[in-house]
Amino acid sequence: MSAPDIAHLLRPTERNPGIPLDLDWVNSIRVNRSAVERRAATLPGRRTVKKQWQAAWLLRAITCMDLTTLGGDDTPGTVQRLCAKAIQPVRRDLIEAIGAQSLEVKVGAVCVYHEMVSTAVRCLQGTGIPVAAVAAGFPHGLSPFKQRVEEIKASVESGAREIDIVITRAHVLNNEWRALYDEVAAFREACGEAHLKTILATGELGTLRNVQRASVIAMMAGADFIKTSTGKESVNATIPVGLVMVRAIREYFDRTGYRVGYKPAGGIRTAKQSLDWLILMKEELGDPWVRNDLFRIGASTLLADIERQLEHYATGRYSAFNRHPMG
Amino acid sequence: MSITEIFDSMEYGPAPETASPAIQWLESHGRQFGMFIAGEWTQPSADSFQTYNPANKQPLARVSQAGSPEIDHAVEAARAAQPVWFQMGGHRRAAFLYAIARQIQKHARLFAVLETLDNGKPIRETRDIDIPLVSRHFYHHAGWAQVMDRELPGYEPIGVCGQIIPWNFPLLMLSWKIAPALAMGNTVVLKPAEFTPLTALLFAEICVQIGLPRGVVNIVTGDGESGRLIVEHPDVDKIAFTGSTEVGRMIRKATAGTGKKLSLELGGKSPYVVFEDADQDSAIEGLVDAIWFNQGQVCCAGSRLLVQESIATRFLEKLKLRMSTLRVGDPLDKSVDIGAIIERIQLERIQSLVAQGVAEGAEMYQPSGPCPTSGWFYPPTLLSNVGPASTVAQVEIFGPVLVAMTFRTPAEAVALANNTPYGLASSVWTENLALAHDIAAKIKAGTVWVNCTNQFDAASGFGGYRESGFGREGGREGLLEYAKPPTPTTQTSTFDARSSTPNDPPPTLDTTHKLYIGGKQARPDGGYSIQVAGQEFALANRKDVRNAVEAAATAQAAWAGQSGHLRAQVLYYLAENLENTRGSLSVSPEELSLGIQTLFDFAAMADKFDGQVHGTPFKGVTYTLNEPIGVVSAVLPDQSALLALLSAIGAAIAMGNAIIAIPSRANPLPAAQLYRILEASDVPAGVVNILTGEPAELAAVLADHDGVDAIWCFREDLGGEVESRSAGNLKQTWATTLPVPSDVRTWLRHSTQVKNVWIPMGE
Repeated sequence: MSAPDIAHLLRPTERNPGIPLDLDWVNSIRVNRSAVERRAATLPGRRTVKKQWQAAWLLRAITCMDLTTLGGDDTPGTVQRLCAKAIQPVRRDLIEAIGAQSLEVKVGAVCVYHEMVSTAVRCLQGTGIPVAAVAAGFPHGLSPFKQRVEEIKASVESGAREIDIVITRAHVLNNEWRALYDEVAAFREACGEAHLKTILATGELGTLRNVQRASVIAMMAGADFIKTSTGKESVNATIPVGLVMVRAIREYFDRTGYRVGYKPAGGIRTAKQSLDWLILMKEELGDPWVRNDLFRIGASTLLADIERQLEHYATGRYSAFNRHPMG
Repeated sequence: MSITEIFDSMEYGPAPETASPAIQWLESHGRQFGMFIAGEWTQPSADSFQTYNPANKQPLARVSQAGSPEIDHAVEAARAAQPVWFQMGGHRRAAFLYAIARQIQKHARLFAVLETLDNGKPIRETRDIDIPLVSRHFYHHAGWAQVMDRELPGYEPIGVCGQIIPWNFPLLMLSWKIAPALAMGNTVVLKPAEFTPLTALLFAEICVQIGLPRGVVNIVTGDGESGRLIVEHPDVDKIAFTGSTEVGRMIRKATAGTGKKLSLELGGKSPYVVFEDADQDSAIEGLVDAIWFNQGQVCCAGSRLLVQESIATRFLEKLKLRMSTLRVGDPLDKSVDIGAIIERIQLERIQSLVAQGVAEGAEMYQPSGPCPTSGWFYPPTLLSNVGPASTVAQVEIFGPVLVAMTFRTPAEAVALANNTPYGLASSVWTENLALAHDIAAKIKAGTVWVNCTNQFDAASGFGGYRESGFGREGGREGLLEYAKPPTPTTQTSTFDARSSTPNDPPPTLDTTHKLYIGGKQARPDGGYSIQVAGQEFALANRKDVRNAVEAAATAQAAWAGQSGHLRAQVLYYLAENLENTRGSLSVSPEELSLGIQTLFDFAAMADKFDGQVHGTPFKGVTYTLNEPIGVVSAVLPDQSALLALLSAIGAAIAMGNAIIAIPSRANPLPAAQLYRILEASDVPAGVVNILTGEPAELAAVLADHDGVDAIWCFREDLGGEVESRSAGNLKQTWATTLPVPSDVRTWLRHSTQVKNVWIPMGE
């Protein structure tokens, strides 16, 4: 293969400032579900990674992971445990066995509710791992607008460097594009320096065309990332939905020159799934999008399966969950 | 490469499928093969040839060349086995076909790897597409064997089928040929392409394993010369061929007049039409499946991109970006999109055609990715700035080369799409449902894929219009290539010219019988007449044929656009006027009554000979349209002059064809008397044309004429000549004695061709 294009690594990703709402673009969007599903179904059969390539890609997946706990029963204790795992996601002996010490692999972020932000910030101090907070009435997004904005500000003040908000689905379902744009723009403003990940709750948008229209509007309004799901909808991150969203990202980049990040979340539990998502990003968007400034996977149990696969690579034997420390 | 390096580069790395089991299989045969004839393996013969791995140019095995003795032996074995095979009944045949399907599934990976080694196509395709479709084809046709008696009552096998298949889908084409043949009770002599014989030989081993009766399947290997021996063998009842249009023409000529049934699946230059309201990203992904599937070596490859001008620039930019991520390389690597070209000769043909395209002004784009030189590889290629007049827009390249053109309106898209001698397949991309159905109906091709491409299934018929051949493979329509309908029990008496009776008044004025062209009575171009039974009839010549074909072609499109209901009204009205002029026609009352009844039969079917929806495993609808063939000509026998003429007219125009009829030479009077009745019956000008004259001369001109889409020849003395001359544009032929008029379905099958339209579902 040719030498990889690494020019993008030499300059930081410029943050998407958003653009004015362009309804012509929104209205011109066409998505053919069956064709999207066909591409989604055949993509994992077109690309695969084996042996050390697979191991390296799995380590990359870990670095793109938003290690998440969003339980109503979260406590400072469980969050502390999670943060410890975020810092040392794979057993040290395993990392040494596969010769990956120099990579200092750690997760992309830790994602929690507002109440847990300060705990997480404290636990992750000095590690460089950012804390992401779900905000703005997560997961329904139907609390009073002012409170949603305030919640974002409060989380940012508590030290969250990334904010995952969820849009008002009704705006999409009723084609209230201006309202959707204004909403996301307001959240972006409330974020200040913190990065905004906009959850579309794709499982509740009805059609793939709606998914793409909402994706485009979120980016126009200044989203740094677009994200599939809260994890609370009945259908979460699927490859067809991902395909529609990343194609919107590609189009936005072509038209504006700004790279917007992508975060599938919900239902991604196996190492194989994480590879499929990386393949999707590499194929549809290219190499800049397989790094954690532009790609995250929202997950809580995925890491455990990746650890097992890494151990299998290191030892040639199949591993078990209990051999790997809990988060 | 170390993990840390890969972590940075995020390269894919190699992911090879092991070739060992397939190599072991070759080794177990000493890398040389005999042929599978009469249930036994012949000794590898001294006259043999090598088959190569196109990805590394290394020889794989030595394969025997079939000569006359082997072909004779195979045909003899097939002949001996055939009655027993048919008479064992549908259920037992179904059990064997089911066993074949199971065996293929059980050895799926071996077949896939062997196919990739021999052909050079990516393992992803053999593993995920070819081999699953193969077993699906045998399962589906096991079902047809099971229900043949019920679903096709009275149908009988054709007999011994000679089947010649190409190198681009070796095992898949084998299954398309063998499964329906065996299901309907035929036996086969099949010759795989000389470049790719190996999976057919492995298939023969499966036949042994399942205990298939000797002689039911015979696999012979060899080059075109072996194929010729099969085609010319006098004891073969049917030839089924998939391959180039050029060879198809040779086979058409070779089988002309022999009575061999023939189906041809030939070349194409299939249009891929993208409207401005399409999902463009999906349409681009579809193009990958259309032209970069199997290195573009696909007869139905979407090789002519027609994109609406309003989106063309952007669309081609997006396409180039997509092309840059296609991976060309070792076909056994699981992450490879484009494998090796079959052979040096094919690679050189692609190279030279692309060079010619560029020389003619095409702009060429090839992505910068690596393209190995260890084997016969060619990179994905886009040629833009191409017009319909460019060589590369007309000829089939059979390689990973897409030519792109633009259009402005739907009408122009259709005109460009149909601007080709071929008519195999097409794709239409739009989110406008009404537009999709409209374009699907207007494109002249055997398959139209809406918002998808290269969808195949055993339940759906595949085959071409025009010079892409005739006959279908798959579906109910495909079975009819391997089973013949029951002979009608009602035989019709033939009618001679009615001799004058004493009651007929003597003619008082001179009567001039002209020709009937374009709705008018026309004097013959040559100015000659022939005399029959004391009357003068116009002698048509080749220019009259030319005029009639032009009139017919002009009238046909509008006529086909009319509803079946309206066409029925015209036929009923014609019948009514015949009845009203009963006394003035020179035919017997019985013949006239039968003719009127026949017109009623076809009028009745004008809105009833409809298509079906196929049960394809596809989220969507696959429906068939029984479309008119276009301009049909009919060369009619001496006897039953009026009945034959009315049958042909009724069958042709009920389905929306226009017809040029050459009436009885011995008794042209009823035809001449029909002109005025046609004029009085609202038959649109040009839909029916009648040329009196010398049948042999007129049939030759019609068979030669590229604007004639089908020719029916009901004069036994001319059948062979008509079939042979029809090789020019590969028009459909029907050469037989006059079919029984009441065998309406048989008539209508010959006045229509099946189009399959695939429309996916889901918003």
